[in-house]
Parts: sequence; structure tokens; C-alpha cells
Amino acid sequence: MKTQTLVLSLSAALTLLACSKSEPPAPAAAGAPVAQAPLIVKIGHAAPLTGPQAHIGKDTEYGAQLAVDDVNAANIQVGGRTLQLQLIGEDDQADPKQGTIVAQKFVDDKVNVVIGHMNSGTTLPASVTYANAGIPQVSASATNPEYTKHGYKTAFRVMTNDEAQGKVLGEFAAGKLAAKTIAVIDDKTQYGEGIAIEFKKAASASGAKVVAEEHTDDKAVDFAAILTKIKATKPDLIFFGGMDPQAAPLSMQMKKLGIKSILLMGDGGCTADFIKNAGAAAEGQYCSKPGVPVEKMPGGPAFIAKYKAKYNAPIQLYAPYAYDAVMVVVEAIKRAGNADSAAILAELPKTAYKGVTTDIAFDEKGDIKDAAVTLYIAKGGQWEQVDTIGGKPAAPAAASAEPIPAATPSPAAIPAAK
Amino acid sequence: METFVQQLINGLTLGSIYALVALGYTMVYGILGLINFAHGEVVMIGALVALAAFKLLAATMLPPVLIALIGFGIAAMVCMALGWSIERIAYRPLRNAPRLAPLITAIGVSLVLQQLAMLFWGRSYHAVPALLPSEAHEILGARINEVQIIIMLAAGMAMTGLIFLVQRSKLGRAMRATAENPQVAALMGVDANKIVALTFVIGSALAALAGVLVSANYGIAHYQMGFLLGLKAFTAAVLGGIGNIGGAVLGGVLLGIIEALGAGYIGDLTGGVFGSNYQDVFAFFVLIGVLVFRPSGLMGEKVSERA
Repeated sequence: MKTQTLVLSLSAALTLLACSKSEPPAPAAAGAPVAQAPLIVKIGHAAPLTGPQAHIGKDTEYGAQLAVDDVNAANIQVGGRTLQLQLIGEDDQADPKQGTIVAQKFVDDKVNVVIGHMNSGTTLPASVTYANAGIPQVSASATNPEYTKHGYKTAFRVMTNDEAQGKVLGEFAAGKLAAKTIAVIDDKTQYGEGIAIEFKKAASASGAKVVAEEHTDDKAVDFAAILTKIKATKPDLIFFGGMDPQAAPLSMQMKKLGIKSILLMGDGGCTADFIKNAGAAAEGQYCSKPGVPVEKMPGGPAFIAKYKAKYNAPIQLYAPYAYDAVMVVVEAIKRAGNADSAAILAELPKTAYKGVTTDIAFDEKGDIKDAAVTLYIAKGGQWEQVDTIGGKPAAPAAASAEPIPAATPSPAAIPAAK
Repeated sequence: METFVQQLINGLTLGSIYALVALGYTMVYGILGLINFAHGEVVMIGALVALAAFKLLAATMLPPVLIALIGFGIAAMVCMALGWSIERIAYRPLRNAPRLAPLITAIGVSLVLQQLAMLFWGRSYHAVPALLPSEAHEILGARINEVQIIIMLAAGMAMTGLIFLVQRSKLGRAMRATAENPQVAALMGVDANKIVALTFVIGSALAALAGVLVSANYGIAHYQMGFLLGLKAFTAAVLGGIGNIGGAVLGGVLLGIIEALGAGYIGDLTGGVFGSNYQDVFAFFVLIGVLVFRPSGLMGEKVSERA
């Protein structure tokens, strides 16, 4: 009986304690003229948190969350008030329909700014909603060139677009990999089809011949039929425009069918999971990723350590970009002195921020200036850097600690900014 | 020629996978007239449980095939318990409810299982170690590996075993009696609840087998792997005549071959108007065609509406 009372009173005390602890200072609406109250800024983040790409979506959200934690811990004063970021993470399931629903929800929630979406397919339709509502959108990962081509003043990205990436991939395939005949597979998404088109253009222009074009979707696991068809055309290289859940079984099934062509992929297949899941079939395959390798980013090593400490998992893809996307917004808020969407929007084009990934500045369309693309090969269970093309001249020079096999085919051919 | 043979092998493998899963759908439907939409998820749980067992056993230095068998055994037991629980919790209380009600609980169970698996195993894809013999052989210039042969054999054996069970054994007679009329079967001393529960248990063991073989074939497992697979297998069961065991296998194999040949040749046949991305359209087109002329599927019998 006695112990019971003790337990009861103890738990009551704990509850009280917990209550008093979690009681926040009265939340003031952003921009309300309450002196000394923290300036609360709502940041919407949208990515697939369920479904086949959930691991990449969560990775992106983790990146944004790290930035939010850092900013909140730094006690930044904006207009005499402490800046407090709130991350509202939503699941758009990589589905364009769900993407627009999430976008509308952000508008209704009156978020100050949106980071995302992760996929090009969701970013494009959502960008219309944000443009109409005047909410700035900074995507850390949508690479489809269309995103910034509509002339929306609200659309920004801190990631190299597929025009640049596809071009580098196509020239790399026909150039350094010396592929004469090429088969192209895409997953029919905005991203997959988009990068495949850019790749085909550049590869054909560089003298390679596209001998087969096949399509799959972003839920498939069985590629035996299309690979068998491709096998009959005996291509030197197979390009896959899609994400790692498809890329890994694709490369394994290539092995099973005895296809000896090289597999080349864009950033969607350039993940740690691709190598983990494809195992031996990953060896010797190539991929590209916008930007420079995480380890060689200006703030890379520190970011890797921070990410590892908090989430105890390897970085999949976009986490550092999501971190920078949040930071770019924070810089804009600092310069503007308040966090209204319009104020952020006015300041974003003037961005000049030394981020984790690179030095970030936007061109007139909202694309990142001086975009770099890095090519990798899977070797000994890891992605090993082959080459970095474009970007700030200083970055690749500093990064060339390991021997680069040969000079880049034509670094000048890739315009620094689009 | 070798491309055609290879496409046939691709289709047979895919079709045998569909067939294995379709058997589970068809058994439950045959007895209860219920579409157990959670079946695909049981396949997924089977694959992931077996994978967890493989990882635990990896350190024991047992021969790989033995590890695969033990892993399958554990997965089968978990799935059988799961199948039994699903029936007990989600279907039995609705045995006399309108037919739509258990359909909705089936979808509910499917979602619950998916989300639980996501919480438990995470969102990532898991690599499945190659435990089964996977050496490739050449037939007429086409390649077939041993995992594929095992899958085809497993589908054939599962079908034969089930037909034997249903047609020849005492349990099978009770099953058929329950399917025909549960009330009358009960009057004859058949415990309908027990028979239905056993049907789910057997179906779930097959699901575990399918899960292990699917993940072995593709080398990956994921918490959503069961959904699309279940949908395709259900289609296969309908194509063959749902409720008919031989029909499930026939439907599965046909669907697999149609998909493979569709993806392989539809582009050439239509002069490039339709590409390989139309393989599903092609498969469902065939399904609609069959159902127009044979509404109860290829091997389905015309049965009068159940009492």
C-alpha cells in the first residue's frame, strides 16, 4: 500500500515536472509585434516518408532537421527576437497528386517557407501552388530542369539540374567510357524520363548510338523482360534514369542474364543502398551526383559526423543539400530582419552563402550558380569518385587528393550556370 | 530464337511467383468466397521474417541451404500464426456480415501489416543473401538459374499438393463441404470454424514459401513488396478462375508469360507506338478479354450463387 502511494505521488510529481517543462512561452504568430517573444518560423518539408523511396525522403528530412536544430541552438537574434524554427515534415509519397495536397496544406498552415519537395514529379505541380500563395520554395533535390523554367519567382533550388547532369552523363558515356551503342531505360517519372532525355541528347551529340529505349515504373522489381530485349541489341552501355529501389535489382538481373554492358545511372541510383542491395552486381557500375562528394564538400566532414551522431546511419543522398536549403532561408531571414514570406522572397535572390555543399548563389531563374557534377564508380563496396565536372574552379582542384584517371573530356563545354 | 526462349523463361519465373501467391488467394476464396487482400502482406512478412532468421543464422556456419530451410521454417510458423490471427480477428466476427464488410477489414489488415512492418524493419530495402543455389544454366542459348528452377518446381508441387489435399484427404472433404454449404457441413459434424482457420494456416504457409522465394529471386526485400505482388497474383487467380487451384497456377503462369512477351514484343508489333511500359496494359487487356468470354475465368466452374 505504502509503495503504491509512493509510486502514485512520484508519478504525479513527474507529470507536473514534465508539464512545466514542456510549457513553451506563448507562441506568437510570425510577424506579430510582440517584443521579446521568439520569432517562430514555420518551415514545411515535403518528401516521400512512406513507399519505396522512404529512406531517401527521410534522409532529406533529417538534413533539414539538423539545420533547424543548429539554428534553434544558436540563439540567433532577428529584429531583437530569438529565431525559432519549426519543421513541419509531410509525406507526399512521391506522388504528384499527394504532392499538391501537401502543398495546399502548407499554404493553409501558413508556413513561411517550404523546403522540397524531394522528387521532381511532386515539386513541379506543387511549385504552382506555392507561386500562387507567394511562399518561397527551396528544393534540395528536384533536378528536373522544368522546375525553374516556368518563371515562378518563388522557385529556388540548391541542386544541379538534370540539364547539366544529363549532359555530363551523356558526354562521359560516349567519351571516357567509349560506348558506341547505348540502351536507355527510364522509370517514366518526371525525374527518370527527364534525365534520360538529357542523357540521350548529349550521348547522341557525342557520337554514341541509342539502340534501345525501354520503360519501367518506380514500383517494379522485375526487369527480366526488358533486359532480355536489350540484350539482343548488345549495347556497350545501359543508362538507367530512375531511383535505387529499381536500380539495384536491375543491376542484379543484368548479371543473371549474362549482360556485360556497363550500367550508368544518375543521382537516383547513386546511393549507399544501391551498393548494399546490389552487392557484387554493383561492382564496376557508374553513376553521377550533382555537386561534389560529401567528404569533399566544404562542410562535409563536420556534417557527416553531426549526422552520424544524431541518426547513427549513413547519409543516403540529399541530407546536406536539405541542410543548406534551410540555411539559405535563415540567411535571407537574417538579412530581411523578419520572416514574412514576401521578405524572404525578396532576399533569396541575393543569397551568397558558404554552405555545407558549396558556395551557394542563385541565377536569375533560381537555379544554383556554378553547378558541379561528380561521376563515381562502384569499387570494393563503395562509390569512388572518378571525376568532377564544372563547379567553382577551386573546389575540384582542392578535391583532387586522389589521382583522377584522365583529364575531363571538355570541362568548358558545361556552362557553369544555366 | 534465344531471345524468345529467354522471354519464356522470364515469364515462367514471374508466372510461377504469381501462381504461388495466387494459390493462397484462391484457397480462401474457394472456401469462404472472401478475397483476402492481406495475403500479399503475409508474403511480405514471410520474406522479412525469413531474412531476419538468415541474419541470425549467418554466424552459425551451417550450410547455406540448411539456413534457407530453417529460415523458411521459422517464417512459415510466424506466417501460419499470423494467418490464423488475421482470420480470428478480422474475418470470423464478420462471417455473417454483408460481403463488403470483410473486404474492408481485409484492406485494413493489409495496411496495418504494412505499417507494422515499416516500423519494425524500417523503410529501407534489405539485401537478401544468396543462400539457394543460383548457378546459371544455358538452354537453347537462354539462361536459367537454379533459383528460378526451384520457384517453378515449388509452384508445381504446391499446386499438386493442394489438389491432393482438397480432393483426396479427409480434411479436403471437410473443406469442400464447408465451401458448398457451411450450415449443412456443420450438421454433418464438420467444425466449419476449424476448417476455415486451417485454410488460412495452409494459405499462410504457402505465402511464407512465396515470400522466401520471391526475395531470393530478386535479392531484395521491402515492407511494400507484398502489395503489388498481391494485386498481380489476385489478377492471376481471377484469370484462371478464382477458387480453382489448378486455375490459380494456370492464371499465374499465363499472366507472367503475357507480361514478359508483352514487354518483349509489344514495341516491335506496334511499330514503336506502344513501348514496354504498356506491359501491364497488355496483361489487363488479356484479362478483360478472357472475362468477357469466360466470366468465371479460364478454369472456373459456373457455380450458382452461394446460399
